[in-house]
Amino acid sequence: MTVKELSAALSLTEFSLPAPEAEVTGGYAGDLLSWVMGRARAGDCWITIMSNQNVAAVAVMADVACILLSEGVKPDEALLTKARQQGINLLGSGKGTFELAHDVGEKMKRQE
Amino acid sequence: MKLNFDLHLHSCLSPCGGEDNTPANLAAMCALAGLDAVALTDHNAVGNCAAFCEAAGDNGLVALPGMELTTLEEVHVVCLLPDLDAAAVFGDEVYARLPPFPNDVHIFGPQVLMDAGDRVLGEEPRMLAGAANIGVYEVKALVERYGGVCWPAHIDRPSFSLLSNLGLWDPGLGFGFAEVSRACPADFLNRDDLRGLHTVTASDAHYLDQIMDPCQSVDLPSRSAAALLAWLRCPDFRLYSRF
Repeated sequence: MTVKELSAALSLTEFSLPAPEAEVTGGYAGDLLSWVMGRARAGDCWITIMSNQNVAAVAVMADVACILLSEGVKPDEALLTKARQQGINLLGSGKGTFELAHDVGEKMKRQE
Repeated sequence: MKLNFDLHLHSCLSPCGGEDNTPANLAAMCALAGLDAVALTDHNAVGNCAAFCEAAGDNGLVALPGMELTTLEEVHVVCLLPDLDAAAVFGDEVYARLPPFPNDVHIFGPQVLMDAGDRVLGEEPRMLAGAANIGVYEVKALVERYGGVCWPAHIDRPSFSLLSNLGLWDPGLGFGFAEVSRACPADFLNRDDLRGLHTVTASDAHYLDQIMDPCQSVDLPSRSAAALLAWLRCPDFRLYSRF
């Protein structure tokens, strides 16, 4: 499933979508950036409530398919700028992290 | 004797620190700004402290070596050590407890080690942007074991701060005071859990133009690192003023 398809399926807010065809191959949920760095995998949809510019650095490092901000969190200006500059897909949803992780998992299962 | 101080400064060793934030430039800018007492607190590293303390001394400043430690919970804590030897062993302990990832210079920038004359000594290969495997409840005792003093950094900020990551001020952590950023709103300290908490301000400068003009001072018996450290260990806030 591509990030664009995931976005449409879950009616996500698209803050930055420079690579809509990127393939989502897994998921990771977590907010402590140093924890995410060592655990999120390439192609993951990373669900987090963190919205500062360090999130962009971690997303690039882990090579995730997209960042998905949960709980209605909006990216701060610095994160939005970095996401656009660095070609990072940055999405958002009003749902909580647990619900969102469930929904992403369900959509991925249906694609199999 | 009143000393204007800023005890949270970064050099080019810090990931995201400006490349012209060399130890010598930093010390000279602090002196120009009118500061008297300063400390170098790079992220999870003390490698430029010797250079900075020497350069600060050459500029007539009182300087302490230090580090901005990132705890397991990603809480930033300013840790100051009494001398370079103590800083070195404390630095070794933190280094051993950092995640073993190499620094990616394309993401975090180079982590440059320098001497007091701005000569490049090398680059720190390990990623300093991570969190040490040291819990926030462990920090105070750990720093005190090396004769140092510590307090949570920029508690008013929405990321990497004790309040953003832990939710509330717990006196059980043992910190005697906290740092707030220069932009901290005046009413921030009215929160119930922060009532009566003493705070100091710091620039947290990562670039030379972020070094701030003096905005606070402390009245000490002598212009020395020992007197400053003694005050920080047991701060009497009647001696402290903001302006």
